[in-house]
Amino acid sequence: MEASASAITGGRSILERSPLARLPDRVLRWGLTGLAALILVIIGYFFVRLIGQSKDAVSQFGLNFLFGNDWDPAHGIFRAAPMLVGTLITSTIALLIGVPVAVAAAVFINELCPQRLRGILAVLVDLLAAVPSVVYGLWGVFVLIPKLLPVEKWFASTFSFIPWFGGGTVTGPNYFIAGLILAIMIVPIVSAIAREVIATVPAADKEAALALGATRWEMIRIAVLPYSRSGIVGGAMLGMGRALGETIAVLVVIGDAPVIGQHLFNQGYTLASVIAAEFGEAANVHVYSSALFACGLVLFVLTLVVNILARRFVVRGAHGRRGTGAAGLTVADAAAEAA
Amino acid sequence: MTTTALPELSARRRVTDRVMRSTLVAGFILALVPLILVLYFLIKHGLGTWTSGFFTSDPTGSFFGNPGGIRSAVLGSLEIVGLATVVTVPVGIAVALYLTEYGRNGRFANVIRYFVDVMTGVPSIMFGLFIYIALVIAHVGGGFTGWKGAVAIGLLMLPIVIRSAEVVLLLVPSSLREAALALGAPRWRVIARVILPTALPGIMTGSLLAVARGMGETAPLLFTVSTATVLTANLGDQMNTLPVQIYNDITSPRQAIVNQAWGAALALVALILILNLIARAVARRSAMT
Amino acid sequence: MSTDQPTERDSPDQTTDRTEASAGAGHGVTVRGLNAYYGQQQVIKGMDIDIRPNEVTAIIGPSGSGKSTVVRCINRMHEEIPGARAEGKVELDGLDVYSAGVDITAVRRLIGMVFQKPNPFPTMSIFNNVAAGLRLSGTKPNDLRERVHQALRSVGLWEEVKNRLNAPGIGLSGGQQQRLCIARAIAVEPEVVLMDEPCSALDPVATLRIEELMDELKTRYTIAIVTHNMQQAGRVADSTAFMLDGELVEHAPTTKIFTQPDDERTEQYVTGKFG
Repeated sequence: MEASASAITGGRSILERSPLARLPDRVLRWGLTGLAALILVIIGYFFVRLIGQSKDAVSQFGLNFLFGNDWDPAHGIFRAAPMLVGTLITSTIALLIGVPVAVAAAVFINELCPQRLRGILAVLVDLLAAVPSVVYGLWGVFVLIPKLLPVEKWFASTFSFIPWFGGGTVTGPNYFIAGLILAIMIVPIVSAIAREVIATVPAADKEAALALGATRWEMIRIAVLPYSRSGIVGGAMLGMGRALGETIAVLVVIGDAPVIGQHLFNQGYTLASVIAAEFGEAANVHVYSSALFACGLVLFVLTLVVNILARRFVVRGAHGRRGTGAAGLTVADAAAEAA
Repeated sequence: MTTTALPELSARRRVTDRVMRSTLVAGFILALVPLILVLYFLIKHGLGTWTSGFFTSDPTGSFFGNPGGIRSAVLGSLEIVGLATVVTVPVGIAVALYLTEYGRNGRFANVIRYFVDVMTGVPSIMFGLFIYIALVIAHVGGGFTGWKGAVAIGLLMLPIVIRSAEVVLLLVPSSLREAALALGAPRWRVIARVILPTALPGIMTGSLLAVARGMGETAPLLFTVSTATVLTANLGDQMNTLPVQIYNDITSPRQAIVNQAWGAALALVALILILNLIARAVARRSAMT
Repeated sequence: MSTDQPTERDSPDQTTDRTEASAGAGHGVTVRGLNAYYGQQQVIKGMDIDIRPNEVTAIIGPSGSGKSTVVRCINRMHEEIPGARAEGKVELDGLDVYSAGVDITAVRRLIGMVFQKPNPFPTMSIFNNVAAGLRLSGTKPNDLRERVHQALRSVGLWEEVKNRLNAPGIGLSGGQQQRLCIARAIAVEPEVVLMDEPCSALDPVATLRIEELMDELKTRYTIAIVTHNMQQAGRVADSTAFMLDGELVEHAPTTKIFTQPDDERTEQYVTGKFG
């Protein structure tokens, strides 16, 4: 039987498809794999080129490029400590203001507000991310800065005894405004992740707390927040990554002063802003552009590190302690279990 | 039997509960306040500039006289993001298909997934810088051009498209896949005829959200397209775009030009919100489960 | 547990005078006219039942009969589910826990609950798990330690964990975790302990240990246990209630339910004619 079948099909069993018919699948497979690999190639290529372009500035100024406090393009001196410090300061302010607000909003939406409102309120918080950074910048320059100036002046003079936070002259654009706008911009990210993580808290844990006679807040405190902690930390780190790299909104409200501001309400600079602000001038001056690219390299590495660290927390938070089920019993669930 | 009250909650616990709950509510409201304020001022300062000439004339770019409209900016944005979308969405879907249909949980696929994830966290200025180094400085096909901006924006959109497409493709029930394969259909046909059509609404949602994101980015355009005022359809030229137009106008000492910025910003936000709404409508329509 | 030592039990939580019971007398629960709903669907229909003090009352019945819902109505956990509500009278020593102005958290301090699947707090140590309820009510640290140890002894877990009180609660075996949850529930000295199929997720050895525990605990607490396992009811319960379709069919001493039930439906259920 087999012998005659293979004679008909010319030595191949009828179950095999001809090599030609298999071609589209092969092409598709290798094509798609190639495209996927392209991503790695692009990232790698970018790294290589960026390092290449930064080499001159770094070789000229050495490690001091990053730790020296002296950015003077007119005299060809490029030491970017003010930018690095400014980036860290503004991102820290953004975290200090943005994370508590984002987590509070997430806890409120998931645990306190009526279920039918949850969807729409979550969408509203997410819409904060839909506003482009240039619009936040515009709003920051013409609304936030003038309106907060009197408050900032009052704060600086009233609390002048606190080092750095108080005292000093208050300029319109300053670290604080930049940090505040960054805080607003990271709230949607941190909140979305916090909501996801909080939703994985097993209903059983929450019930255990309530059955012990906990108030709603106590239930949140002992059952929800500890469980969500590492995920929320991951979300905060992702927010930080976003804050580190934000360019336009910061550029227009920080004052672009290549110095390390002595007070909270002084002007400063960030790594991202300096690149955008000065790349035009630097275009024809080799060491100048090289210095800007070096800033870019530092920023790139910084954001990569923060993002990679963040993802370990978020993954662990979501998977490390998977609970027994959905975050809350619904009518349908419970009715089915009513026994 | 004397019946009296049950033990009561201590005042401290009751107060703490109320205070903390109010704090959480306050935090939530605080989160929304900037959104409301931004929209309010956009409408307040921007709506007035929306005359008929605003969308039908180009910015004059001159310091004196009439600042003109934003026509070239709107069209430039549409062209550049349009080009980026046309290239990025198919590529993104292709990579997502690789991840769900071929690579699945293999080492290579997981590496790709990891880097796509990392890519979503890369600041937008990096994409601009990359194309600046790779294409602009090297003068590949001109200096600043519209299509280079499209490349930068496309790269920025790519991880978003890939991630959302992968989520959607994973939702296609494997029973559907298996039924088609069991009928003897080759894999490419199963993908083309069964999987993609089923996943289409979700992929559209993800792509629309990526487009909304792409429309709002400024930094990548600064380094690749630079700026212009005239209307041009030639992607080989420098072009005007909404975000860059706004950015340029912010620093102007002239109130009329600042007003133009508000009007342009309102237009940009309106465009993005519409894209968001369409995306969510598509998602809700298809989420019939 | 008597109420004549308020300062020791409840530091900041006030204890206003309650029904004066002499030392050692127990606390019973009286349910009258209980109706419970999930949304539009009514799952408990006009139920009356007495949970007698210092006894184990078992509630048995087929799936969907409403037995879990009944106990969850007693400590007002039922209404935590969105769309769920209950009405009727549930009296603990004469005071209706559903009356207006009653503080739910206080009710739950007095009526504790052990759940079907052991649910120790995953981020807390063994010690902190047992202490959780005590900390909420503001017990002073010295009292706290003593009471945690006492609770662990009461559930027979002390010898097994005394050297690793700081180890994570979820590191214990299933049976140990459930005993941990029981310790957590009794550490706050409730008057009633409700158990919702506490052994259904456990192996037979662990089940037996918990059944023995129930026998000891009933001298100090009033216990109501929901179970789908009739043999278990036979082993642990002083009286057994049979429920069907949200109604109480029959409630009688356990031996009677299983040997000479009054109602035909009870007889059919306990002889396995339907499940």
